[in-house]
Amino acid sequence: MAAISLKNIVKRYGDGYPAVNDVSLDIADGEFMILVGPSGCGKSTLLRMIVGLEDITSGDLSIGGRRVNELAPRERKLAMVFQNYALYPHLTVYENIAFPLRLAKQPDETVREKVEKVAELLELKEHLHRKPSQLSGGQRQRVAMGRAIVREAEAFLFDEPLSNLDAKLRGQMRTEISRLQRRLGTTTVYVTHDQTEAMTLGDRVAVLRKGVLQQCATPRELYEHPVNLFVAGFIGAPPMNLLPATVTNGKVELPFCTVPIPSGIDPAAAEGKLLVAGLRPGHFEDAAYVDAAKRNRGQTFEATVDVTEWLGNEQYAYVPYESPEEIRAQVDALATELDMEAMRPQLIISLDPASRIKEGRPAQFWVDTSRMHLFNPQTGNNLAGQREPDTQPA
Amino acid sequence: MGRGASKALWAIAGVLIIVYTLFPVAWIVSLSFKKGSDVQNQQFFPTEWSWENYKTVLDSGLFTSALRNSIGISLISTVVSVTLATFAAYAIARLEFSGKKLVLSMALAIAMFPTISLVPPLFDLWRTLGLYDTWIGLIIPYMSFTLPLSIWTLSAFFREIPWEMEQAAQVDGATPWQAFRKVIVPLAAPGVFTAAILTFFFAWNDFVFGISLTASDAARPVPAALAFFTGESFFTEPTAAIAAAAVVVTIPVIVLVLLFQRKIVAGLTSGAVKG
Repeated sequence: MAAISLKNIVKRYGDGYPAVNDVSLDIADGEFMILVGPSGCGKSTLLRMIVGLEDITSGDLSIGGRRVNELAPRERKLAMVFQNYALYPHLTVYENIAFPLRLAKQPDETVREKVEKVAELLELKEHLHRKPSQLSGGQRQRVAMGRAIVREAEAFLFDEPLSNLDAKLRGQMRTEISRLQRRLGTTTVYVTHDQTEAMTLGDRVAVLRKGVLQQCATPRELYEHPVNLFVAGFIGAPPMNLLPATVTNGKVELPFCTVPIPSGIDPAAAEGKLLVAGLRPGHFEDAAYVDAAKRNRGQTFEATVDVTEWLGNEQYAYVPYESPEEIRAQVDALATELDMEAMRPQLIISLDPASRIKEGRPAQFWVDTSRMHLFNPQTGNNLAGQREPDTQPA
Repeated sequence: MGRGASKALWAIAGVLIIVYTLFPVAWIVSLSFKKGSDVQNQQFFPTEWSWENYKTVLDSGLFTSALRNSIGISLISTVVSVTLATFAAYAIARLEFSGKKLVLSMALAIAMFPTISLVPPLFDLWRTLGLYDTWIGLIIPYMSFTLPLSIWTLSAFFREIPWEMEQAAQVDGATPWQAFRKVIVPLAAPGVFTAAILTFFFAWNDFVFGISLTASDAARPVPAALAFFTGESFFTEPTAAIAAAAVVVTIPVIVLVLLFQRKIVAGLTSGAVKG
């Protein structure tokens, strides 16, 4: 086990395009680090540079304090689980798991012992003598993990390991990976584009955009204090509402109501500006269902609901609104970048499932304004600035 | 037309083709069992089945030395050619180097040369170099004609194998050579066998080089030796004996095909990646 440190890592391809641009990250010994971002953000390239399958154009990569830029993959002592598993189809499950041990020329007795231990751990015992082609997707996934954990590697690297599984199995395997990592305590770098995986698995999450590191923090920190519009829009489902906001006389004018400027933002600097306000669907509520204790933190307003969706344990309401061209263009561009469709502006509100708000009729809503973010529409930065980052896992 | 009728038509067509292709073989087999002047009996089957011709053939030094030459030369050319082709094809499939297209098209151009056009220059060259009437003298031209096809077949196979296979092996601690030997070659086995069989057939069946680049028992392979065959006595036509010899040399080919057919058909790459 070892810490992995990336210093100003750059990957530039032949055409000069930087796939990864000046990324610095310190992954602590035993930490579970997630690399997340939309497709093409350079997260897989970064992982492949760590394992040694891609050359590093510039910067320093060290594992356990040793610079490994020029080392071949086999000398870095890392274990990797590939997106498509990359099992050896001509070998049995036993030999697939034993492969790294055989290469290390370990005696048969040790190999048998270790493979059986891993098979026990991953519940693969009855499949040891089958070929990968006879296994189901989830079993293949477990064999790939078995091959990674069988030799005591310095770190585990996962490249979107669950993206080929169906939704149910993905949830199970996610828990499995989490349990395994906690148990083995091995440093892990995990690449995904799925934010549920990012939020649930990681000690810390690094969000990448076009090869540039946006923010690296605990999942909670990312959710509650995104540094910019990109992180705010990427983290959270349903996504954060990004509303046009104008600051006048120290008050923020939103499409439905006017609220006080959040603490931590200099009212003088923001005065008279057109900004983007970020409010999560969960920061809204049917005014009738707000606790008295919470009520003072926000304020109520009236709006007409277009559509409601009742899901049993949660309920969403959609409220259309008008947005200035400038803000709308920004938000649409962000949606496209996050692999979503640019939609007409609508407020998403998470309601108490018991709420009986009717579609097409005006209703009273409550919004928790204390948790509102304000972003500069040009740079995308959070006006509250960057908080002290959580450097260590909780 | 109903399904049954169309099925029957296919069956009839199949039988016709099998009869058409196997009839000459059956004829040779039947001929090889005809004794002495029975060849002229004007019937398909021999009047009396006899092993006499096989005895004649296998007793003759001409045939046995030719058989030894054929087996030796074909096997050596196959092994060397397939090994070289495997390396070359792997490089072509995996490495980026300038002139890759040129190498591939040159290889194809060589395979398109009419063999006979190479015989006179080779004859002269081999005489000068002392390779005339030696095993090497035949192995070299066989290799140069079979390598292109093997390289093309194998590079197609290597391209089918996902890159992740080698990458996984390298991360698991394999050197590039170990990754190639333990992962890539076994996966490309159907391709390797295909290439091997094609090469072996080319060398085994060759007549042009066999007859023009050899002069004695030292290197003359079976197809060429058959042309020098005489019967029991100088005056009898050796038709039946030649038929027996032909049957003897066809057997290894059939055995080979039956042995490797499974290997060729087996889809080894299934289950390598997500399914």
